Amino acid sequence: MAPTDVNFGRASRTALKDQQLRANFRRAMDGLMSKRAVQFADPKEWHAMRALGASVRVRALSKLPELLEQLEANCTRNGITVHWASTTDEANAIVLKIMQDVNAKLAVKGKSMVSEEMHLNAFLEKHGIESLEADLGEYIVQLDHEMPSHIIMPAIHKNTKQIAHLFREKIKEAEYTEDVAQLTDLARRVLRKKFMNADVGISGVNAAVAETGTLCLVENEGNGRMVTTVPSVHIAVMGLEKVVEKLEDVPPVLSLLTRSATAQPITTYVNMITSPRKEGEKDGPREIHLVILDNGRSKIYADEELRHTLRCIRCGACMNHCPVYTRVGGHAFEAPYPGPIGSILVPQMEGLGKRGELPHACTMCNACVEICPVKIPIVEIMGRLRQEAVHPGDAVKDAGACASMAEALIWKGWAVMNSSPTTYRFATTIAAKLGNAAPASLPLLKEWTSVRSKPRFAGRTLHDLAREKGIPDA
Amino acid sequence: MQTKGPDNVYFFGTCLVDLFYPQAGMAGMELLKREGIRVVFPQGQSCCGQPAYNSGYRDEALKVARAQVALFTEDWPIVVPSGSCSGMIKTHYPDLFKGEPDEAQAVAVAGRTYELTQFLVHILNVKLEDKGEPVRITWHASCHAQREMGVLDEPKALLRQLANVELVELKREKECCGFGGTFAVRHPEISAAMVEDKVADIEGTGAKAVVSGDCGCLMNINGALDAGRKPVKGKHIAEFLMERIHGSH
Repeated sequence: MAPTDVNFGRASRTALKDQQLRANFRRAMDGLMSKRAVQFADPKEWHAMRALGASVRVRALSKLPELLEQLEANCTRNGITVHWASTTDEANAIVLKIMQDVNAKLAVKGKSMVSEEMHLNAFLEKHGIESLEADLGEYIVQLDHEMPSHIIMPAIHKNTKQIAHLFREKIKEAEYTEDVAQLTDLARRVLRKKFMNADVGISGVNAAVAETGTLCLVENEGNGRMVTTVPSVHIAVMGLEKVVEKLEDVPPVLSLLTRSATAQPITTYVNMITSPRKEGEKDGPREIHLVILDNGRSKIYADEELRHTLRCIRCGACMNHCPVYTRVGGHAFEAPYPGPIGSILVPQMEGLGKRGELPHACTMCNACVEICPVKIPIVEIMGRLRQEAVHPGDAVKDAGACASMAEALIWKGWAVMNSSPTTYRFATTIAAKLGNAAPASLPLLKEWTSVRSKPRFAGRTLHDLAREKGIPDA
Repeated sequence: MQTKGPDNVYFFGTCLVDLFYPQAGMAGMELLKREGIRVVFPQGQSCCGQPAYNSGYRDEALKVARAQVALFTEDWPIVVPSGSCSGMIKTHYPDLFKGEPDEAQAVAVAGRTYELTQFLVHILNVKLEDKGEPVRITWHASCHAQREMGVLDEPKALLRQLANVELVELKREKECCGFGGTFAVRHPEISAAMVEDKVADIEGTGAKAVVSGDCGCLMNINGALDAGRKPVKGKHIAEFLMERIHGSH
């Protein structure tokens, strides 16, 4: 279930102590960054592609309510049953009802971040239904009772050795091996049996096409194809922002997604799902259900600046390029979406009261903004959320929850000092002369000096030196 | 080809330079003066407002930013020895002042703002003569210089003009040093992990000095170098260039 007592500071300190974890992330992120760079080696092509990708997403969002209605109408016409859920509880209840209606006992799942948002596996297990992750990475974290640490590569925090031990411990027929092909084969054998016996297949959606009522799903393992075709019922879950207007909008979005995520021009499998099995057809599910989840998204949508958050196509490149994520890994964020996109999305979904610290898990280096394939102004939104966290208001859930009288007073004083030349001169002259005597135990200085020497005040300010040298003032 | 520069420029020193690296500020002004430009340093200047802006206190940031904008009454370029502070003015003032009575003035100031090395290379096309001893150095690119001001090649082009300076690039040149303003004190452990990696990268080059254009990064990197008793020193590019021109190092 969702952790109730989340604390990024504490979780990141724990993560930093784990040298193996740090090494795993560093190596993995380095690899992902360099492979991605090859995919976008031509800056002209990159700029053109991301401009197109951003425009597709911006256009879709500009008419989101209308497109969602169109999507529902076309899906319904195609025989796909559409369900609306405003909360994750509602979404879980919908999924459960569908499963109970067919007396399902076993579900196999393709990768879906929305289902992580819903904590669907735990919910189904509570109701006596086995829900098995069929994506290899998700399967690994599920075996170890963990959350995914990355939205594309859920088990990226583990190395081969750790996975070898896990398989040996958790899978009955497993013999210890560090051979990746053998490990994959082992998981494949376990999963194959489950695919054949599953009552329901659950998947996510990478893009839903309004004009045709088509659900697009990209994947590399074939598990997505299996969960959406073998069981007699397929349930797809998606966030309401995942809609695009036209079929022709899909290729640019998918191309940016796969290049940014795994440095592939295209994935091994591209599934385009438009209807359940028709009369006379020999395969495919008898029923397809699409659950469209809000969970705070319409509130995000209501604010024109924050709305950009919803452009996200979940490629995970922002994580791969984030110097903070690279150091602490995904689990430190204690959220389904870690890293830069998580730090702006999760506080808006769950509220600044619980998640007000996440927008500060960022040095504002802009590495994520530089590579985001749909040009989300992540750092600007980070700044906006920092502002919302300390000022009461209606735009974001629990705005003002992090307000502190002392902090507000400090910034007021800072503003007075820095907007009046006389006070500024007075304060800086004193600081420059006496600042070096400040004890390292002072708040802020204590944190600073935990790994660094104290900054040395120069004694004379630039203002002093400029005056002395007769540099004109006007 | 020598480009004719403007007759006057404003110099916006930044608060960190003012308090911790005033010599870098003086060197920056010298670099401009030796091109025959009259450098004006408005004594009323303080801070660009970025600390409050990034902490979520935009009203306070606006109050301070407004006091700076009011100083630059003439239509002269504003040169800033920092990628981060020039980035604040250039990319964030237009948003910060949106709908304010002095919006037009702020937008004009943003449009006339340059990072120092950008100005030296693109506007003044400076030529530097190296009188220093042979030395190996490395360059630390600040995040905001690269990604807000688009400045990465300019400082390196200046350093490469110096005949006796061997510039060895960092392996992870584009990676943040972990300063991030209040980040360094809010998350000192993560910041520490980042600056430790930066220090290791710097040491790996075998450089005697790490040169940078941003004093926030320099405070962080120098603090870590000093705490780790490393012989390498961090230096602002303006100061480094002036030393080379004078042959004092």
